[in-house]
Amino acid sequence: MLNIQDLSRPGIEPFSLDLKEGECTSLSGSSGAGKTLLLRAIADLDPNQGSVVLDQKNRDDFTAPEWRISVGYLASDSGWWRDDVGLHFPDHEQAAALLPSLGIEPDALNWQVARLSTGERQRLALARLLLISPSVMLLDEPTSGLDPDAVTLVEDLLKQRLAEGVSILLVTHTAEQAKRLASRHLSIKAGLVSEQAI
Amino acid sequence: MSFISLGPLDIGIAALLLVINALLSVVLRLGLAKQMLIAASRMVVQLLLLGLVLKALFDLASPLVTAAMGLIMILFAGREVMARQSRKLTGWWAYGLGTTSMLIAGTVVTLFALTTQVRPDPWYEARVAIPLLGMILGNTMTGIAIGLDRLMTGTARERSAIEARLALGHSSTQAMSGVVREALRSGLIPIINSMSAVGLVSIPGMMTGQILAGVEPMEAVKYQLLIMFLIAGGTTLGVLGAVLGGGRRLTDHRHRLRLDRLTAAKD
Repeated sequence: MLNIQDLSRPGIEPFSLDLKEGECTSLSGSSGAGKTLLLRAIADLDPNQGSVVLDQKNRDDFTAPEWRISVGYLASDSGWWRDDVGLHFPDHEQAAALLPSLGIEPDALNWQVARLSTGERQRLALARLLLISPSVMLLDEPTSGLDPDAVTLVEDLLKQRLAEGVSILLVTHTAEQAKRLASRHLSIKAGLVSEQAI
Repeated sequence: MSFISLGPLDIGIAALLLVINALLSVVLRLGLAKQMLIAASRMVVQLLLLGLVLKALFDLASPLVTAAMGLIMILFAGREVMARQSRKLTGWWAYGLGTTSMLIAGTVVTLFALTTQVRPDPWYEARVAIPLLGMILGNTMTGIAIGLDRLMTGTARERSAIEARLALGHSSTQAMSGVVREALRSGLIPIINSMSAVGLVSIPGMMTGQILAGVEPMEAVKYQLLIMFLIAGGTTLGVLGAVLGGGRRLTDHRHRLRLDRLTAAKD
């Protein structure tokens, strides 16, 4: 599905990965090791070199917005560009149907971003991404700072997407989460990625 | 037209007021006497030099020399714009963007006024062209400086919001629209304010000058209106060019946010 060959950028050593349909690969490493830089490079949010191919189609043959809709990236700190939560969701009907599965009431679409808790922001940002239905998701610590119940909800939702054939590259700090979701485990140190057994 | 010419003695008497200021400063120990003296001396020398330069320029009546003078004014204004940014674009862009915008806006609006409304003979007459350009540049410079400063600091501050949009497949134009709109607003508000306050709060400097020089008030008003329209046009054109150009420079063809093209904030 997603084939990465010798992807590099300052701070990241050449990186290769073959991510199969419905497969989740976890990526761990200490702060500053390059986890976020790597995900950003795959999403083409920073200048980078190397070949990235999605379903036999080269990344350069996608426009950048098309690419990011197919290979969706979720940053660890969520960004909001309007005051109203609802204005971040183009289709309210779809959003209202999805939110309960993340433990958020549909009425949240009428709230102000300013009154959201960190955990709510994080889950709403994930919902935003899920609603554009990317075929690959690059998730940067999607459950850090969530309470255990919310973590379970998010993981269940991700498992469901995996079963539907979505591939996930998951940055996580907890080995347990990596075990629960991922079939392959990578670790990164000073920009160099290596396979890891858990 | 009655015109009261001033002699050196008249100016000297007015300068006495400054001596009173300085004395006050000494008595009250404000420590401003020296600064005031230097500032006043600078003012006298700079304005006298300006008078000499303008006189020579008007006597020469050469389109080339007039154009060169205009260019020098624009280059100085460009430096001023750059100095007022707390975050700058890297490399040549820090100076080039504001200066190019002013060059285009200033030239277009001045030429427009010279050839269609004021129409001096010859059309490039320095006596008209240089003051017009100066008035337009002064205001355009302020607008561009504010607009660019807002764009640069706003983009750096809104980084996570802009990148969240890019990550969701929005184009760089969409993602930047919030900060760009805010920067345009900030750059254009001074000229809107001065248009709405003019005549109520104070008599504009240019109009005062014309009236003192013996021009009929209604004639002076017409000139002031013309100048305000030109200034508004020049500022809009300049701010639009600089802010939209800056927005493009801060993103690239792959719709990425390029904060690496921005220097760190001062302080």
